[in-house]
Amino acid sequence: MARQLNQMQDWARETQITHGRVTVLAAVMVLFMMGLLYRYFSLQVIQNEEFRAQSDRNRIAVRTVAPTRGVIVDRSGNLLAVNQPSFTLAITPERAEDLDNVLTKLSDLLRLTDTDIELFTQARKRRRPLSPVPLKYRLTDEELAVIAVNKHALSGVSVQSELTRHYPEGDLLGHALGYVGRIGIDDVDESEKEAYRGISHIGKVGLEAYYEDVLKGGLGVSRIETNARGVELDVIDRIEPVPGAELTLHLDIELQRVAAAAMGDMRGAVVALDPRSGGVLSAVSSPRYDPNKFVNGISFSDYAELRDSRDAPLLNRVIQGQYPPASTIKPMLGLAGLNRDLITIDTAIPDPGYYQLPGDPRRYRDWILRVRGTGHAEEMNLRDSIAQSCDVYFYELANRFGIDALAESLDDFGIGSVTGVDLPSEKRGILPSPEWKRRVIGSSWYGGETLIVGIGQGYMLVTPMQLAVATTALATRGTAFKPTFVAAVDGISVEPEPLLNVSVETAYWDEVVAGMVDTVSSVRGTAFGMRSGLTYSVAGKTGTAQVVGIAQDATYDEEALSEYQRNHGWFIAFAPVENPEIVLAVLTENSGGGSSAYPVARAMLDYWMSRDE
Amino acid sequence: MSNEFARVAEVSSRELGVRVRLLRVLHIDLWLVMPLLVLSIGGLFVLYSASGQSDVMLNTQMRNIAVAMTVLLVTAQFRVETLRGVSPYIFVLATLLLVAVAFFGVGAKGAQRWLSLGFIRFQPSEVMKVAMPWALAWWLSKKALPPDLRSLAVAFAMVAVPTGLILQQPDLGTSLLVAISGLAAIYMAGIQWRYIFSMMALALISIWPAWVFVLKDYQKQRVLTLFNPESDRLGAGWNIIQSKTAIGSGGWEGLGWTQGSQAQLDFLPEGHTDFIIAVLAEEFGFRGVLLLFLIYAVILGRGLVITWRAQSSFARILGGALVATFFFGLVVNLGMVSGLLPVVGVPLPMVSYGGTAMVSMMIAFGMLTAISTERRITRTMR
Repeated sequence: MARQLNQMQDWARETQITHGRVTVLAAVMVLFMMGLLYRYFSLQVIQNEEFRAQSDRNRIAVRTVAPTRGVIVDRSGNLLAVNQPSFTLAITPERAEDLDNVLTKLSDLLRLTDTDIELFTQARKRRRPLSPVPLKYRLTDEELAVIAVNKHALSGVSVQSELTRHYPEGDLLGHALGYVGRIGIDDVDESEKEAYRGISHIGKVGLEAYYEDVLKGGLGVSRIETNARGVELDVIDRIEPVPGAELTLHLDIELQRVAAAAMGDMRGAVVALDPRSGGVLSAVSSPRYDPNKFVNGISFSDYAELRDSRDAPLLNRVIQGQYPPASTIKPMLGLAGLNRDLITIDTAIPDPGYYQLPGDPRRYRDWILRVRGTGHAEEMNLRDSIAQSCDVYFYELANRFGIDALAESLDDFGIGSVTGVDLPSEKRGILPSPEWKRRVIGSSWYGGETLIVGIGQGYMLVTPMQLAVATTALATRGTAFKPTFVAAVDGISVEPEPLLNVSVETAYWDEVVAGMVDTVSSVRGTAFGMRSGLTYSVAGKTGTAQVVGIAQDATYDEEALSEYQRNHGWFIAFAPVENPEIVLAVLTENSGGGSSAYPVARAMLDYWMSRDE
Repeated sequence: MSNEFARVAEVSSRELGVRVRLLRVLHIDLWLVMPLLVLSIGGLFVLYSASGQSDVMLNTQMRNIAVAMTVLLVTAQFRVETLRGVSPYIFVLATLLLVAVAFFGVGAKGAQRWLSLGFIRFQPSEVMKVAMPWALAWWLSKKALPPDLRSLAVAFAMVAVPTGLILQQPDLGTSLLVAISGLAAIYMAGIQWRYIFSMMALALISIWPAWVFVLKDYQKQRVLTLFNPESDRLGAGWNIIQSKTAIGSGGWEGLGWTQGSQAQLDFLPEGHTDFIIAVLAEEFGFRGVLLLFLIYAVILGRGLVITWRAQSSFARILGGALVATFFFGLVVNLGMVSGLLPVVGVPLPMVSYGGTAMVSMMIAFGMLTAISTERRITRTMR
């Protein structure tokens, strides 16, 4: 009985213990379940938007669709820059089982050159991981077939189709058009990165660079649903890319061809402007280069050759070549002299073949002295001084000006300022003044330097484009527009922008222009040689720019100087005289003088004046 | 009129009596079986969606459920006394099977967990999940409660050996569950609170040596990524980020059955097994989660009621330990998928794809049913 009671007591005690444990367990369960439930509530209801967005980011991939780049055509619609479909062989190194082996195999199959391999190695260093590296561009049908047949043995190799920029005229327009190239690390800054996603090329120089923003076009975007492995399942929506704008140039491809042919092997630059709009009708910088070489990456050795050549083929001499303008500034100075009443139309200045400043023994020689041993004539007036390029007249005029007024007058013609032509990296030349000399050279101005500037030598430098613009002001009798290559963007004309406005009495214009006409048509004119057979009226001015200073008593001996020390030749012109349609500036480097420049101008004028509009 | 009414009432009360008696005879506890059925059948819908509409997986899981339910019913037929009697043998057998796994086991993903008997492949560690509380309930109920130190020492040894064997497979999740099932039995037996708190303190102190000497690198990685999943977005953090995203994007209403993008586009890893709650949460929203919690609450509550009403200490220790183990697995799964706990391989009870875990769980519920229905039988006998 006691034992049974004891058992009963034990049983009751044990029940009490386990019931206590069940109660605690139940409490713990309720606590944990409530906690977990709150966790799910918090994730699902409170943070729902955040996670919904995260989920969309997971599943929706935004793919950019590259636009086609705008084409460039000349004034008659001839294609100058186009996009060609082409096939590119590329390797994704991570996917290749044995890269060296694959490269060797491809070399055999496609006869790859060392340059191809070199470019591939270069490109490989610059790309992102897991992206294909181009190996050979513009595959032929035959090459495509070879690759297809051997596909199984070429792991990591893929063929991609893309649109490649092509310049049908090759080196004829290299400097003006520039080129596009693969986008490099520094080409696009952070803010523009988005706009270039999916675009492989960017305008690097020339018009391609200047008009990058309009040529590029707008990216299309397609939102694609993908799974976790990146497999595309469905296109959610798509915004079509906006093709780049078509650029119509003022340029005339035939005139360009004539200019290039006339330049031949000569180094130098030619600019032809339409004085009524500032439109660039032709721009040749010689020697030329083929922009197509740059599109898919130029090999290092090819580039080094272009870059290091003494003839600097990459330099666009039209806007970047800086030369002393020499006698080409004489018409402008004559006008300014008349306008400031420093001279009159009839002012006659004696020309003994040299000029001396009062109290200075130094003789400033006239170029004619070396040729004839005497001056141009006993007395020279402005018109003849322009036609015959009399230095003494302009020494005297410069002396009357003084350097400040002289610089001011040339500034009116845009000398020393960029023209604002629609090309990148234009140089501004130098319009020297005492202030400029102090700042740049660090010494003070002395009187004789004013005389040298008066004949366009010394420190003064201009670009052919600047001189063409200044010549436009002469041709139009005062007004010049900013030079522009592009006439229309997507068919919408670009309005000419006034640049220069020189206000001078009509009689003065008449006189100076008469001097320029005489240059070509008078027997003593310095460009008389181009006169025969002219069917239209031309006004022009020659210039001979010294490259090296000739000592006081030494004579210029072309034979004794090395090629690169010989004088540059200039010729500026416009035609027809009364209602000018074309303005030219021609520079021939180290050619000896202006007489080598005007034949180029003649060839171009002949073509232009005889063409059917 | 009144006659007619009396007849109807008589019939219905008789019918009622028949039904109740039938359930008793068949050893069916409706409050336990119904929610389990609802859960596993509802889980089929989630699984179908999570597996990418795989009929094969659906069929297999249906077979698993059928087998598991049968096991439940069969287990429920045993008398509690019988269950008590066989428990030590089951425990020894399960331990031997674990030893066998260590020597002859087959593995997947670098862990050796399976035993192949030619026609069937199974995880002995799953058997141990049931065998552990079962045997401990037997051992601890042999003497008066609360257990003395000697009993406790033996009990802890019984927990330690199988846990160690499973840990070295390695299978952190299951070893944790097995250990917990044993510890829960010791807890139910009334181990003094001071021991419990001392052990908790010891566990806290031993975190550091365990981190340095015991945990493998991938296990450490899981814990670390729990605190900062973004540190390894595409690696170990991926699971946590993706499952939280799936759960969170479900909102209140969910994206609709088979419409969850995280689950359907394979962003969610292990969506049909351990992470299946994330699929449910994404497609059925918080409403679905709430319903799931309710069903689990019914099961757990019923388990506790059965334990409370049980006649013997053995039954109460066993019942409490089984319910606690079930609860612990649930908490670990719900916690790890929602980014509260480190990712260890613990399935969502009754819903995740897989047969062995479900069968061992149904053995547990079978025993609970046996406990539950036996009580009525004794009363009837009186």
